[in-house]
Amino acid sequence: MIVPYENVIIKTICRLLLPFLQIYAIYVLMHGHYSPGGGFQGGVMMGASFILLVIAYGLDDAQRRISVKALTIYACLGLFIYSGIGALALLMGGNYLDYGTLPLPLSSIPKIRAMGILGIEIGVFLGVMAIMIFIFLAIASYETGGKDD
Amino acid sequence: MKIFPFLVVLLTGGLLIYGTGEMPKWGDPHSPASLHVSPRYIERTVEETATPDMVTSVLADYRGYDTLGETTVIFTAGLSCLLLLRKDRE
Repeated sequence: MIVPYENVIIKTICRLLLPFLQIYAIYVLMHGHYSPGGGFQGGVMMGASFILLVIAYGLDDAQRRISVKALTIYACLGLFIYSGIGALALLMGGNYLDYGTLPLPLSSIPKIRAMGILGIEIGVFLGVMAIMIFIFLAIASYETGGKDD
Repeated sequence: MKIFPFLVVLLTGGLLIYGTGEMPKWGDPHSPASLHVSPRYIERTVEETATPDMVTSVLADYRGYDTLGETTVIFTAGLSCLLLLRKDRE
């Protein structure tokens, strides 16, 4: 069981750090076209920010903020966005995951492809973020389940 | 009886090491991978995908199937963690 860390410094630093960590995670996701980064890296950072919350505030307090049901929906939604963009390209007459045929109001095909890349990166981001928190919560709460029996 | 598996491992390892002798040198510009695929990505990434970062365009566009598979692997890992480890709270 992860109990809250009764230390005001750790709690305050964690609270101050969290929004910046999450904004940086979204920056890494959105800036993947121009610098190192992308869905996987941003998703792991976003997941790590929630894991930091669990470590500093304890499992019970954090589980009131993070619902496992929402995480399940995010994980499925991420994979659905990815394969859905692929299938949409298929429906519009291209190959599977061939973003050039996506129906976007942009001037040229390369720009549409860039938007397609961004779309699937968002899907990867949601999936990786949810799964990171998922695995951590599953392992962390397994111990308490055993102790209660 | 432990000597037979050891011999099999030794033989397989020896064959693998022998096989690496035929592989192209690391970073060899005349290896097949550097002659066809890499120049195409390097020269035409920007004009085909409008993405200056080559890694992203290869990962998400040219090799999109691969990344779909990776995402599926992570998704499956998370689902199996949920099914195996999680207990419902009363």
